[in-house]
Amino acid sequence: MSSRCRDRRFRALACTVLGVLLATTACARSLRVCADPDNLPYSDVAERGFENRLARLIAKDLDADLSYYWLPQWRGFTRKTLLEGNCDVIPGVPVDSANVRVTKPYYRGAYALVFRADRVPGLSGLDDARLRTLRIGVPLVGIDAAPTPPGRALARRAIYDNVVGFPVVGDKPAAERMFAALATDAIDVAVVWSPQAGYYMAREHAPLSIVLLEPEERDPRFEFAIAMAVRPDDAALQHALDASLARLQPQIEAVLREYGVVQHDDDVTLGGQR
Amino acid sequence: MNRGAIWSNGRLFFNTLDNQTFALDARTGTEVWHTRLGDIKQGETMTMAPLVVKDRVLVGNSGGEFGVRGWLTALDAATGKIAWRAFSTGPDNEVLIGDQFHPFYPSDRGKDLGKSTWPGEAWKIGGGTVWGFLSYDPTLDLVYYGTANPGPWNPSQRPGDNKWTSGIFARDPLSGQARWFYQLSPHDLHDYDAVNENILVDLPFNGTTRHALVHPDRNGYLYVMDRETGEVLSASAFVPITTSTSVDLATGRLRYAPEKDPQPGQTVRDICPASPGAKDWQPAAYSPRTHLVYIPHQNICQDAETAQTSYIAGTPYVGATLRMKPGPGGKRGRVTAWDPAAAKPAWTLDEDLPVWSGALATAGDVVFYGTMEGWFKAVDAKTGALLWQFKTGSGIVGQPISYRGPDGKQYIAILSGVGGWAGTIVANDIDTRDKTASTGWANVVPDLRQKTQKGGMLYVFALP
Repeated sequence: MSSRCRDRRFRALACTVLGVLLATTACARSLRVCADPDNLPYSDVAERGFENRLARLIAKDLDADLSYYWLPQWRGFTRKTLLEGNCDVIPGVPVDSANVRVTKPYYRGAYALVFRADRVPGLSGLDDARLRTLRIGVPLVGIDAAPTPPGRALARRAIYDNVVGFPVVGDKPAAERMFAALATDAIDVAVVWSPQAGYYMAREHAPLSIVLLEPEERDPRFEFAIAMAVRPDDAALQHALDASLARLQPQIEAVLREYGVVQHDDDVTLGGQR
Repeated sequence: MNRGAIWSNGRLFFNTLDNQTFALDARTGTEVWHTRLGDIKQGETMTMAPLVVKDRVLVGNSGGEFGVRGWLTALDAATGKIAWRAFSTGPDNEVLIGDQFHPFYPSDRGKDLGKSTWPGEAWKIGGGTVWGFLSYDPTLDLVYYGTANPGPWNPSQRPGDNKWTSGIFARDPLSGQARWFYQLSPHDLHDYDAVNENILVDLPFNGTTRHALVHPDRNGYLYVMDRETGEVLSASAFVPITTSTSVDLATGRLRYAPEKDPQPGQTVRDICPASPGAKDWQPAAYSPRTHLVYIPHQNICQDAETAQTSYIAGTPYVGATLRMKPGPGGKRGRVTAWDPAAAKPAWTLDEDLPVWSGALATAGDVVFYGTMEGWFKAVDAKTGALLWQFKTGSGIVGQPISYRGPDGKQYIAILSGVGGWAGTIVANDIDTRDKTASTGWANVVPDLRQKTQKGGMLYVFALP
């Protein structure tokens, strides 16, 4: 195979046949990405999200044609996209996701408290007594009894009367609705997943602060390492993506910074476990 | 998904998944009106079959798992205009609770319980949708229906009874005003919707005849209630139950078994019945000849195991992993002929797969039901003895009907075509190597794909 085809690709059969027949000419490769059409900062149909940007970088690195299969990231997303063969890679999934094969992580996120610095000065974590009375927005992941980790941590502290739920199913991303509620003082504090927090904070005029949450002993985990998912039997694509992520580490970091993805001390080693 | 259309006074009424109710001229198919009642983008849908009562078309919504607030709405049959809407959560004036409301049990009395039994504003997204079949008693002039489970919070995040979810309402069909309410599963922990059908029959009870309401619930108890007052006359387990020990008839309260409460991060085994319940929405039948209730149902338990990382809309979380499994005895389905007066079964029939079809009882003392393998069966209403069976082309999750044709003959019709929550493994080609797929169904019916196939055929049998 030519150097342009150095990674065994997802269209394995077509690629191999072409590679053999056409020797050193370019393989017809495709990078088919499964993504949500309306879920910034990750992705949207105009390809303005950071996962769209990363997909472009990877496609260029692998010399592949980039295409998308769009579907809202609701229940059944993995099955209806990746597992039914409509696309080959889902960016932005937790590394310990079930039923898929994952790459090495390329960033870590954590749940965070976002609040008006002038209204709640010095808020630093879930054990602040003010959280018993402040109105707190929490995203609801939307399947029966599936808890948002910080919501569960608040319930463990008997904080629920002043908690306002934002179901992820709706017109706009739940994070966007939470920031709108912060702007109108409908809530005082928003519990937001950090990639969304940084993105929307950069678009607010009000002075907002962010605190990444640290779990106490009996709290659920708030931090997740994020990778890309491929089909369980698609080791070739996983290895190609791992190599590409490693090569692209500086560019990936730049994109994440540009989108304000907040990480714990940026202590992620891209392309490897912390 | 749709649970059926209804004919009334020359018109056909039905709902669509995107929250519209349509009225058609039954003869020509011409649209008479349609009314939009909700927004599918907010996770709200409509799947139930309407009921027409006194020129009111009664319809309800679905989607509690997405943070939808449940309601029953009455439309004017002539114009489609909304006459009233009764929410299942919130302040009394929005639930249509007023002077006529006389619940039997003290725990259902008080001002604005639809707000005060929830933390903060959780009632605004509290579930209690209305997606099952409705019943109407023309003598008492009351309509009866069940409300779905509370949602979408983890139970620990919604302390309180979470009224008026997982219960039964009796309402005036013209005004919508509530007459009584009874909560079958207060502060539901296990996804026990109370939307199963309410069978209105007059029954002998302790020497007198009672105007009864018979309700086989997902929580595993068959409730016999006084449909005038909302009093529970008896509540008997019709499957093995581990999530509760009994129903306290003095207070009406379900006695939960705390050891089966879901605990974040912990494994809880042998939760019986599983989330789809002892019986889901597949309707039971009553025969006034045998005084028995024929209940098609499942025998399934579940383990809530070590949490699994997942994500929705780019938001990671750790959710419980459900694995359903056959209940005690190992058979996943059963037809129970229940004697509501004696509060015990007259006979039972085990089936290998969950019995997800409705039942039909005829005046010939024959009971019809279908299996997920595709067998359409006729059994003796008195003994359960198999009289006849026919293998259809797909699994049966529809409801049999009986009618007299224009030729005067009696016909029995059944739709064959596997689907629904239990059948989605076949209908949607789910990979059952993931034991938790299809919210736990993959583990309990991994063989379904070998035993049936997709389809959609209407079979009509003529009686000789």
